[in-house]
Amino acid sequence: MSAASEMRHDEIEARAADWLVARRVREDWDEEKQSALDAWLEQSPLNRVTYLRLEGAWNRTHRLRAMHQPEANEKPAKAASPRLRNMFAGFAVAAIGLAGLGVYLSLPREQTYATALGEHRAVTLADGSRVELNTDTLLRVNAARKTAWLDHGEAFFEVHHDAAHPFVVMAGDKRITDVGTKFIVRREGDRFEADVVEGRVQFDADDAHKHTLLKQGDTVIADANSVVMPKKSSTDLARELGWRRGVLIFDATPLGDAAAEFNRYNADKIIIADDATARLSLGGTFRTNDGEAFIRLAQQVLGLRVKRYPNETVISR
Amino acid sequence: MADRPETGQGIGPVPLPGDAADAWFMREVLPLEAALMQFLRRNWRNESDLPDIRQEVYARVYESARKQLPDFPKSFLLATARHLLINRVRRERIVPIEAIGDLEMLGVPSDEASPDRAVMAREELRRLQAAIDRLPQRCREAIVLRQVEGFSQREIAQRMGITEKTVERHLSLGVRALADMLTLADTLYGEEKS
Repeated sequence: MSAASEMRHDEIEARAADWLVARRVREDWDEEKQSALDAWLEQSPLNRVTYLRLEGAWNRTHRLRAMHQPEANEKPAKAASPRLRNMFAGFAVAAIGLAGLGVYLSLPREQTYATALGEHRAVTLADGSRVELNTDTLLRVNAARKTAWLDHGEAFFEVHHDAAHPFVVMAGDKRITDVGTKFIVRREGDRFEADVVEGRVQFDADDAHKHTLLKQGDTVIADANSVVMPKKSSTDLARELGWRRGVLIFDATPLGDAAAEFNRYNADKIIIADDATARLSLGGTFRTNDGEAFIRLAQQVLGLRVKRYPNETVISR
Repeated sequence: MADRPETGQGIGPVPLPGDAADAWFMREVLPLEAALMQFLRRNWRNESDLPDIRQEVYARVYESARKQLPDFPKSFLLATARHLLINRVRRERIVPIEAIGDLEMLGVPSDEASPDRAVMAREELRRLQAAIDRLPQRCREAIVLRQVEGFSQREIAQRMGITEKTVERHLSLGVRALADMLTLADTLYGEEKS
C-alpha cells in the first residue's frame, strides 16, 4: 500500500508542478486554462494542498529578487565569470556566507546608481537612454542586458528605442518592458506605481496571466495583492513629474498626503497629528526642500497649530 | 469598498470562501512543514511513506479549516497528524517502535515571540540559499533566471539554449525539489536559534 500511495503523491505533485509553472510562466494563459486548473484543484483536497505547497515554495523565492544586491559590485566576484554556466558551477564553492549569495546572484558589469534623501540625479546609460533618479532611490542597471532593477525609490526613464532589444525595468515581481518611450517607475516596499509619459510600455505582474499594454497617460498601481489602473489627467501627470524640476505641486491635496511627499525628500519630518487635520486640503507649488513654506502656509492660511521638535514638526488643530 | 456592517456576537462558524482558505493555508500551515516533518519522522519508521502522509495531513487540515479556522494552527496540524498516524497503525496492524505521542510537542503554543525582523530576513535568505544550492544544476539555473532575475520563459530558453517546453520541465522539477529543499533548510537552519 505504501508503494501505491507514494506513486500517487508523486503523480499528483508532478501534475501540480506542471500546472503551477504553466500558470506562472506561459504567455498564452487564458480563462479556459484557468477553468481547467480550477476544476483540477476542485477534484480533491489532495490536489489543492499539493498545488498550494508548491506555490508557497515558488513565492518564497521571490525574496531572492530583493537580495539581488548591489554590494556585489564593490567586491567583484571570483565566481562571476561572464558565462552564466560557469557562474553557477562556481557558486557551490564560492557561496558559504550571505556574501556568497550576493556574488552568485549578481551579474557582471552591473552599475549601481543611488541618491540620498532630497537628492536628484540624472544619468545617461551606455545605450543612450536617460534616467533621472528622485530622492532616496537605488537603481541597478545592466546595460548589456538592457535591464534595470529599481530596488526602491522613483526614477524617470527616457529610453533609447531598440525594437530588437527592449529595455526592461524590474521592481520586485513587477516589470515594465519598454516599447520606446518615457515613463516613471516608483517603488516603496510592496507598493509599485508606473506612469507612462509618452509612448507605450508593457506591464507584467509576476503572477498575472496576461500582459497589460499601457499607453501614454496610463498609470498602474500595484501592491502584493492587487493591481489597479486609475485614470489620471494630464495635470495629474505633470504634477507627478514636478520632482524633475525640484518642485512638489499640490492641488486640493489632503494635508496628510502632502506631508508624506515632503517627508520623502527631507530628514526633518512633518507629522500631521490627527486624521481630521490630515484630511484638510491645500494647493500650491513648493520646492521639495522647502517644508518650511508648507508649514507656514498651514499655520497662517489654515490656522493650524505648529509644534517644533529637534527632527520633526507636528501640525495639529 | 464600503465598510461591511458590524456583525453582532454569537454568530456561528461561517464557511470560508476558497480563496481565504488558500491564503490561510499558505500563511499559517505551510511554514510549519519542518515541524510537521520532524513530528512524522519521529513517529513513523518508514521514511518513504512520509510525503504521502504529509499531504494527507494537509488535505484534512485544509478541509476542516474551510468549515472553521482552528485557533492554534500548529497544535491543530500536529493533532491531525497524530490522528492520522494512529489510524494508519490500526489499519496496517503494525506498531511502530516509538509510541505515537509527542504530547510535549503538541503543547507548544503556536505564538512564539517574534524575533528581530532583520535577523529573520537574514535567516530566511540563508535558508533560501541553502535550498537553491541543493537543486539539480539545470533546474537551479532555470529557477534563478525566472525567480531572481525575472526573465520570461522565452528569454530563459534563449539564455539556456533550450526550448521553451524544456524550460517548463526544468521549472516544474525545480519547484518540486525546491519545496522539499526549503523544508530541509528550515530544519537545518530554523531550529538552531530556539
